Amino acid sequence: MWRTPLARVAWFLTFSAMLGMSLPIAAQSPTYGLGRAATPSEIKAWDDAIHPDGRELPPGSGMATEGAKVYAAKCASCHGKTGTEGPNDKLVGGQGTLNTAKPVKTVGSFWPYATTVWDYINRSMPFDKPGSLSPDEVYSVTAYVLSLNKIIREDEVMNAKTLPQVRMPNRDGFIGDPRPDWESPHTRTTEPSKQ
Amino acid sequence: MNPRYSDRRRFLKTGVTLGAALAADAGASLAADDAKPAVQPPAPDDPTKVQGKRASAYGERSRFENAVRISQGQSSLTPLQAMTGIITPSALHFERHHAGVPDIDPRRHRLMIHGMVDRPLVLTMDDLKRFPSVSRIYFMECSGNGFRKRGVGTVQEAHGLTSCSEWTGVNLGLLLREAGVQSGATWIVAEGSDAAKMTRSVPIAKAMNDVLLAYGQNGEAIRPEQGYPVRMFVPGWEGNISVKWLRRIKVVDAPYETREETSKYTDLMPTGKARQFTFEMDPKSLITFPSAGQKLQGPGFYEISGLAWSGRGAIRRVEISTDGGRNWKDATLQTPVLPIAYTRFTYGWKWDGSEVVLQSRCTDEHGDTQPVVEALIKARGENWSYHFNAIQSWKVGKDGNVENALG
Repeated sequence: MWRTPLARVAWFLTFSAMLGMSLPIAAQSPTYGLGRAATPSEIKAWDDAIHPDGRELPPGSGMATEGAKVYAAKCASCHGKTGTEGPNDKLVGGQGTLNTAKPVKTVGSFWPYATTVWDYINRSMPFDKPGSLSPDEVYSVTAYVLSLNKIIREDEVMNAKTLPQVRMPNRDGFIGDPRPDWESPHTRTTEPSKQ
Repeated sequence: MNPRYSDRRRFLKTGVTLGAALAADAGASLAADDAKPAVQPPAPDDPTKVQGKRASAYGERSRFENAVRISQGQSSLTPLQAMTGIITPSALHFERHHAGVPDIDPRRHRLMIHGMVDRPLVLTMDDLKRFPSVSRIYFMECSGNGFRKRGVGTVQEAHGLTSCSEWTGVNLGLLLREAGVQSGATWIVAEGSDAAKMTRSVPIAKAMNDVLLAYGQNGEAIRPEQGYPVRMFVPGWEGNISVKWLRRIKVVDAPYETREETSKYTDLMPTGKARQFTFEMDPKSLITFPSAGQKLQGPGFYEISGLAWSGRGAIRRVEISTDGGRNWKDATLQTPVLPIAYTRFTYGWKWDGSEVVLQSRCTDEHGDTQPVVEALIKARGENWSYHFNAIQSWKVGKDGNVENALG
């Protein structure tokens, strides 16, 4: 009986109605129809948060030797001549200190992904002129900070392909959330649903 | 009444020369806080004999009220000791920002939803306000609240990175369904319009559940320092993840490991490993009266009062100790007792004039009870700093002066 065209249409409509009942808002069409479609060029202009696999990294490249000049001009006043002097966050050193009484958390000792270094410099730095560096400058400063930490060599080129392949020393340094983790005077009664 | 106790004491102390003395007092603190001229006319001797002020366009509190936030530049602390009830006035809600408070014209603000969705969207504020709205009372707390300053200062100085407001906005899940989330999506990345373009990743299950895009706070537009014209509000989770000045949500297949969820807002354990994505705020309570910096006038009746909250649900119980934690008795919970909101508690107490240590500890609906500081250090060592929820102790001296006695 499903072989006639009309029967096929009837079956399709019935099936669609069933789907609609089981998935009230999900899937096919918007309920409210407010706002407008984002255009590909708008998305491209704003889409600059960097996935750890580097998929959003733009074209461009840089090396530590070039980054040293940008760093001296635009970063050193807050982070120190060699990334260790401050006054703001230390960027260099501290490897091997995380399990001691005085851990030193830097890009080199603590940050798990090189893509985060690129992303943070690109979106938030320099503090007084955020977003002012070109992609080449961000690649080169990132390369410089990584080379100061001896994670890459001075002559290694950082670009959209090579940067995500950099393995940070503390890549496996993060664990999940075991809380509540303290001894309590009362006994827990229910297990909260984990999101 | 009690949270304003120190102000009331000032009233009583000044006695019959009330008007002049108070005007000078208020003037002095204004000068200290705002560098304004100290000249203030005294209040009339008898307000029933003179006409009062005419109606005004945007109201102000009494000039005799002077509780203010303590600004630390990139953050400010709520004067918890001066609060009544459970709602923090918007002007006193704590602040934390990483690149200042941006100045945003709501007519030009746009919110983009894109990534793993069927229909990438751009919404104006007018669009956003046309969606079905909800209002919810939620506390917010910076996960850095309390640890570094433990044992030091007033309840405001030690714990002021928390507040509670009514937030109004659109359920994020509704907007994500409108955009059509694709299979394989597991996280969202939210981005702000401040000069840091602050970015955090949120698991999709939470994003589809109770997250709000809030444009209202306590009955009016959200304040600039809270994210005007629209912020993400992630109930019960550390404040940093509620990205302010929200301009973009990208639906993605992994956390983006942003600076704020790797370098910061992670907790280093003695092993050298760091806990990451520690989202929920643990149960915590604070006695706000009597608290450090306040003074009891002498033996007699006082109502101990304070605030309790949990990021995992409702507060079920608050206990009070007036002997440094040896014995505990149940406090009264004032209604409403709402999930993920401040609960105000009170406890009638007769002070006999001896030195005592006052403490409160709360238990939430899951049975988790606020720990002593030693229990947290035993579990985590000394190199962490976020998610500090230890029991706070206030010592009342024989002279009635209250001091911070934690740790």
